[in-house]
Amino acid sequence: MSVDQAQRTHPRGSIGRQIQLPLKKAIEISFKSIKIRFWRSMITAMGIFLGIAFFSSVRMSGEFANIQRAYILQIKEDIEKGLRTPSIEDTRLIALLEENQEERQASENRMLWLSIMGLLVCTVGITNSMLMSVTERYKEIGTMKCLGALDSFIVKLFFIESTLLGFIASLLGFILGWMLISIINLFTQGVIAFGGNFWWASLKLMLLSVFIGTLLTFLATIFPAIRAAKMPPSAALRVEI
Amino acid sequence: MASQYIVRTKGLIKEYTMGDQTVRALNGVDLDIYEGEYISIMGPSGSGKSTLFNAIGGLDRPTSGSVFINDVDMAQLDAQELAYLRCHTIGYIFQTFNLIPVMTALENVTLPTVFAGMPTDDGIERGIELLNIVGLGERLHHKPSELSGGQQQRVAIARSLANNPSIILADEPTGNLDLKTGTEIIELLKRLNKEQGVTIISATHDLKMLDVSDRIVYIRDGKIAKIDERKDLDIQIGEMEREGELGH
Ligand SMILES: Nc1ncnc2c1ncn2[C@@H]1O[C@H](COP(=O)(O)OP(=O)(O)O)[C@@H](O)[C@H]1O
Ligand SMILES: [Mg+2]
Repeated sequence: MSVDQAQRTHPRGSIGRQIQLPLKKAIEISFKSIKIRFWRSMITAMGIFLGIAFFSSVRMSGEFANIQRAYILQIKEDIEKGLRTPSIEDTRLIALLEENQEERQASENRMLWLSIMGLLVCTVGITNSMLMSVTERYKEIGTMKCLGALDSFIVKLFFIESTLLGFIASLLGFILGWMLISIINLFTQGVIAFGGNFWWASLKLMLLSVFIGTLLTFLATIFPAIRAAKMPPSAALRVEI
Repeated sequence: MASQYIVRTKGLIKEYTMGDQTVRALNGVDLDIYEGEYISIMGPSGSGKSTLFNAIGGLDRPTSGSVFINDVDMAQLDAQELAYLRCHTIGYIFQTFNLIPVMTALENVTLPTVFAGMPTDDGIERGIELLNIVGLGERLHHKPSELSGGQQQRVAIARSLANNPSIILADEPTGNLDLKTGTEIIELLKRLNKEQGVTIISATHDLKMLDVSDRIVYIRDGKIAKIDERKDLDIQIGEMEREGELGH
């Protein structure tokens, strides 16, 4: 046996201090956790995925309306400057612009408000499922502490796990909402929908969606992560009857 | 002054309060454990074995009294020093194995070396070496769910040795195993105790443990009822039984 007995422990009467682990290790472990509990992770993430899909579809509808409005205003301006002779289609579009303006804005605001409420509900849902996950993993957490994990490491583990999920879920949610609304507008408006600042607006909305989704998941995890860190190492010994 | 004791408890009392009821799980335990000893803590269910395990292992603070590990009073340690102690000085073995389900056998054994800040390659090398020692060199990349109970406990034993602890604490290590597997685990613990000189403290109500123990501490209602020395025991357990258990 090649175990070196001389290196065992430290001088009597003295104890070292446990080191902080590099973030990379915590990320590695969190990543494994997500991968193994894939379906459970997916269900946790589903709320934020749908919430962000709803939010981004509402916002994207608004962007399409803006693009259309800008397009019509340009036509109107050209006509007023005498650069363009109004066609029947132009007149119809201009009439549409004046008629629906307020109503459309109001309905858009209502939807936005709804989607924000939806996101808040998801946040509570994530808190709930992360709390369940902490309760479920009491033994794992207790064991890690017995092996030398500091509270801060456990906190990191849970934050990384949920933030990673939140990031992926909100990115996918954005893609879903964005694609749905884009396809709908392709049929209702045609190619003009993809002119103007379509790509710029899409990019901004993507960043906003991912930011909101990740931030909400992060906030939702504060309480569960603290709870996990407070789990006593003696939890490792508990035996269910 | 350094003593020959690796663990000492003095007047250990632990009370659990649930609602308006107080249970005294440990009621004044004084116990001195020598370095390199194999010591069994025997007692019926609810007698306080796990509570003593928690106190000695620095997993829970006693209500009063003290625990000294290598002459260090555990009550004086802060969170980081306690974590260091759990990581480097003590190895834990549980009744329910407690492997991390998302990690392979090797990753489980390597985890304590990660917490100790050992370079990854050294940790892996150490993990493989230990899994070979416990006879699982062929199962490095199996998940706990792909291993039998006995194999899981072997992985757990390898993990407990990862950072060369001076003490291994085992709480009913054979409690979830069948007779034959339990015997194998006990023999493995005894072998490690002999070959590596690691002190083993095992809570149990498995009578097979009697054979390998240097001393047996009987605990009842949170108190030490008696302590049997190995040499006294030899007389009690007849020759026949000993041949049966230790024959090979
Ligand atoms: N976390 C706890 N909360 C309340 N009571 C506890 C707790 N842990 C143990 N006890 C009580 O302390 C006593 C000793 O328990 P324990 O140390 O687990 O015994 P053993 O391990 O010998 O079966 C029992 O009466 C048990 O009910
Ligand atoms: Mg017990």
